Amino acid sequence: MKLGRFSKQLMKLAPIFVSALFVGSVSAQDHGHDHGDHHDSPNTEAHAAHGAHHDHDAEPITAGTFITNHIADAHDIHWLGDVHIPLPVILNVEGHGLQVFMSSAFEGHGHGDRKFALSEEVLLTLHGEHPADGQNPGSISAVDANGNHLEVLDLSITKSVFGLLFILTVMVLLFRSVAKSYAKRPGRAPQGMSNLMETLIVFLRDEVAKPSIGKEADRFMPFLLTVFFFIFFSNLLGLIPFIGGFNITGTLGVTIVLASLVFAITTINGNKEYWMHVFAMPGVPKWVLAILTPIEIIGLFLKPIVLMIRLTANITAGHIIILAFTSLIFIFSKGGESIGVGSGIGVFSTAFMIFMYMLELLVAFLQAYVFTLLAALYFGDARQEAHH
Amino acid sequence: MELLTILLEIGQGLAGLGAGAAAIGAGIGVGRIGGSAVEAMARQPEAAGDIRSTMIVAAALVEGVALFGVIVSLLVALG
Repeated sequence: MKLGRFSKQLMKLAPIFVSALFVGSVSAQDHGHDHGDHHDSPNTEAHAAHGAHHDHDAEPITAGTFITNHIADAHDIHWLGDVHIPLPVILNVEGHGLQVFMSSAFEGHGHGDRKFALSEEVLLTLHGEHPADGQNPGSISAVDANGNHLEVLDLSITKSVFGLLFILTVMVLLFRSVAKSYAKRPGRAPQGMSNLMETLIVFLRDEVAKPSIGKEADRFMPFLLTVFFFIFFSNLLGLIPFIGGFNITGTLGVTIVLASLVFAITTINGNKEYWMHVFAMPGVPKWVLAILTPIEIIGLFLKPIVLMIRLTANITAGHIIILAFTSLIFIFSKGGESIGVGSGIGVFSTAFMIFMYMLELLVAFLQAYVFTLLAALYFGDARQEAHH
Repeated sequence: MELLTILLEIGQGLAGLGAGAAAIGAGIGVGRIGGSAVEAMARQPEAAGDIRSTMIVAAALVEGVALFGVIVSLLVALG
């Protein structure tokens, strides 16, 4: 099979990625996979739980917790059933400096609190689904020997961060190889991966950037292209089942950064016309200005915020719908008791799930396109010419 | 049960109502967009491609606003 340059590069790096994941999972099998402490989760409430998630935990799981587990971030990657791939935990514990260790150091694999004695003085707890006293699920807290609460700054490589780094690697490899192939074949038609990327890149330049920004479109193209492909690839990564459920663009933390970048670039590049239009729209009587200027100022900040929420909400909602259809099967089969009902619902639910997956593929591309289009419009606004 | 607990439970239940209302908003909004788009395509079949792309973009924007409501309901229900 004839492989292009990008595919060859990915194949060279793939063994590194895959063995890194599997080495991690082997060490996870060694640490604390203690069947003794699986029945100790005291926090399962009497929720008339109908979940049929009979993994090694033997704990009934409600649909709500099942869904939130797959959308929220985590300190390990829960692959294909029982395999937990641990990820590095990087903490700054108050008074004890920077600590780095693998998340397999936390005992147990259950859904309750998992503890790890960092040293004689410090006890760390990785909170599970129903944490005590107001902690967030999935967060890490520390107490010292006297029971005092220590401040923890969590800088770990979590599942989303790992996904981010993976997307980063894929994008760098992909576009470096595309650029090199253009340099090596000057004046000829592109081939392979470059051909595919050229379609999208030219589409973004001619249909999104040039109509919105005009002459200076090329200045903003690097940012627009990066943002488009990052959002598109991250959305696609989140749709792949069985690899642990990545939800990169569905976290407010990531989208707020993207929106802030758009805000920063708009503000820095704003020319005189732009600021005039915000603070003192020309050709408008004074008494209307008194109402219009506050609205424009609010709009300055509101537009990036809406960008952020639109992307997060669309992607998270898509994941929730797919997960909800999956858990429907388990809810209706009442934990394996009525297989007949379960199978019947299963057929219907799977069909709907496939339809939702198609819709989510469209949404993955569409949300990336809408984000890029609006960013281009804001940039064009910032560089507008006086048109009288 | 205490009044406060009851009110908290009602609050969480109302989150479900809120999400439903957001869905109504999305349905009405996107339905109108689709309707106008189809009508426009019937009037001028040559512009069908342009109208189709504009319709999809407008639907994404309107859905963004409706999903605002969904996010707030989620925050209430799960927090």
